[in-house]
Amino acid sequence: MNTTHYPSAHIFQSPETHTLSVVVDNEPGVLARVVGLFSGRGYNIESLTVSETEHEKHLSRITIVTTGTPMVIEQIKNQLDRLVPVHRVVDLTVSGKVLARELALIKVKGKGEARVEALRLGDAFRARVVDATTESFVFEITGKSDKIDEFVGLMGPLGLVEYSRTGVAAISRGPEAS
Amino acid sequence: MSRQMTGAEMVIAALQDQGVEVLFGYPGGSVLPIYDEIFKQEKIRHVLVRHEQGAVHAAEGYARSTGKVGAVLVTSGPGATNAVTGLTDALLDSIPLVCITGQVPTHLIGNDAFQECDTVGITRPCTKHNWLVKRIEDLPRILHEAFHVAKSGRPGPVVIDIPKDVQFATGTYHGPKNIQHKTYRPKVKGDMDAIRHAVQMIGKAHRPIFYTGGGVINSGPHASQLLRELVKTTGFPITSTLMGLGAYPGNDEQFLGMLGMHGTLEANMAMHESDLIICVGARFDDRITGRLDAFAPHAKKIHIDIDPSSINKIIKVDVPIVGDVGHVLEDMIRVWKQTQPTIDKAALQKWWDKIAVWRGRKCLAYRASDEIIKPQYAIQRLQEAVKGKDVYFTTEVGQHQMWAAQFLKFDEPNRWMTSGGLGTMGYGIPAAVGVQMAHPGSLVIDIAGEASVMMTMQEISTAVQYRLPIKIFILNNHYMGMVRQWQELLHGGRYSESYSEALPDFVKLADAMGGVGIRCEKPSELDAAIAEMIAVKKPVIFDCVVDPAENCFPMIPSGKAHNEMLFGEAVENIGDVIDEKGKMLV
Repeated sequence: MNTTHYPSAHIFQSPETHTLSVVVDNEPGVLARVVGLFSGRGYNIESLTVSETEHEKHLSRITIVTTGTPMVIEQIKNQLDRLVPVHRVVDLTVSGKVLARELALIKVKGKGEARVEALRLGDAFRARVVDATTESFVFEITGKSDKIDEFVGLMGPLGLVEYSRTGVAAISRGPEAS
Repeated sequence: MSRQMTGAEMVIAALQDQGVEVLFGYPGGSVLPIYDEIFKQEKIRHVLVRHEQGAVHAAEGYARSTGKVGAVLVTSGPGATNAVTGLTDALLDSIPLVCITGQVPTHLIGNDAFQECDTVGITRPCTKHNWLVKRIEDLPRILHEAFHVAKSGRPGPVVIDIPKDVQFATGTYHGPKNIQHKTYRPKVKGDMDAIRHAVQMIGKAHRPIFYTGGGVINSGPHASQLLRELVKTTGFPITSTLMGLGAYPGNDEQFLGMLGMHGTLEANMAMHESDLIICVGARFDDRITGRLDAFAPHAKKIHIDIDPSSINKIIKVDVPIVGDVGHVLEDMIRVWKQTQPTIDKAALQKWWDKIAVWRGRKCLAYRASDEIIKPQYAIQRLQEAVKGKDVYFTTEVGQHQMWAAQFLKFDEPNRWMTSGGLGTMGYGIPAAVGVQMAHPGSLVIDIAGEASVMMTMQEISTAVQYRLPIKIFILNNHYMGMVRQWQELLHGGRYSESYSEALPDFVKLADAMGGVGIRCEKPSELDAAIAEMIAVKKPVIFDCVVDPAENCFPMIPSGKAHNEMLFGEAVENIGDVIDEKGKMLV
């Protein structure tokens, strides 16, 4: 682990990517606690999404995609779990039935053949056009992160201007709450 | 019981309801309403420190020596930022504190108002939890919740930041209720299957060792009793971290002394060669483990800790038991009695024979002198002089702290207050103030270095004001000794900025501050001088002038393993022992 200077026995474990779902009290500073924990202890955040989920109970769900060796992932979960406003931490990757989706808005500028090609690809990826001018489109696309990566990559040479992603929202499959 | 009262009144009511008897603090603009309430009551004694860092360390000393929650009150802005070192210290050593900070009125928050700072933002990483109370309706709940969070589970410091308008506002106060916190529920009972498994492993071990830490002390005196019972029943050797000293009697045959960077040869070698480590309330930190890939290579590990995040953080363990040390030990002893495991006596005897050889090397030996006081000798004479007395020790940080840990023998928990995790120079004097407040009739001694003392010596004035006869026993070597030692070992003897230039005359200083100063420079005069120090019923600064060249051994150099220790005799070729990689480590 990176938190100690000393060479550790487990440094050679290979890193894994995990999707964690953290249910927290929706109170001021709770996001700062979570983010501060990651920066303070040198953990990675690949994606972070937060929103209130149960208004009456003042609960928010924070979805974090992080990478680390199995020992670091275990640490991250334990560290999150001991924050006072945290209700529970669920490792959706370990439970094995993770549904993860992301939304992106992608602005593409172009004319002629490039414009037609962008529209055609948008169709193939089931992206919706949510704004259009004679020389531009804004696509809305949802899906797994790698699908969005791929679509953004394809738009690159076709006049990609900029794009915005929501980060991952995730939940477990099946009837049970995670 | 619910009553209408102001926020400031609620603070005092809640402190009283939570059993707070002593409050360490310093007034300022945004806590004046609370100070006004302090003025009007007599139940809580307020100790006026000279710097907010001192208030927090004093509360730590109070908490550590009583097992109660320490209480602190400081103002906004600089009051809060000055408290940060103490809060971090308490977090790393798991000391329960409630620190109340004043804040500018809510409508001024975020405006860079006079003496405003983002207290909850600044203290978020150095507290177990913190709150900014913006509504009077939330104040009573948060006050009681704060005490619950501070003292339960793994204890730690909490901060309640209260804007001045909330202190003036009126609301309904209610006393502490036994409501379950909606998210925070620390686990105290250990998993029974894990405990049974652990007892089985203990029964089968051939070269076992107990490795115990501050968690035993935090669990209360009962846990120390249970530990003693288990260690006696098994007949196993036991070693302790710096924070755990006193949980097991220091003079007992089975006690191998402290382990780690400045631990004894027998403790470190026993860890290195053991086949089972039973870690009780300790956390495998870097001062203990040394080089991780060479740490206890043959040992299976059982780890008892109340904090799940301590487990598998640094060292992967075989049997983790999450729970309070007291509860877990109680269950372990019960299972032990039920199952009656048969210990391999012959193997254990062989193990003890091996340990006897390491012990025989007398790793703490030093060259005595008639001319100059050796720091180790001074501590030994001090220990001799306080024998049979009701005594508490605090320390600063550095060589003197390690010598104190090596040479003092504690029979009881809560008698040893030191800054372990954070290593805060300047901890000892204010901590002694806190200890003496809690134990007015006891002897409280701060074993100090002349450099550390200079960091918080204004608190001598606090001791004088409250007639606290603390003894500041300075091992004066005119160096930041541990810095100098590392410079000697790692940086070619270039003593960059580690000489204590322009030291005050400590005897005159004591006099000027209203205490008593004693200086001793000769070994032959030491006993009489110590006797005088103990006899004086005032704060004493004892300037014990010691050998400036003495180093603290044994030592595991950074980047080395438990079986690669340095000893006093090996001083000449010490430069070769630490490689380039080791120099990078702290």
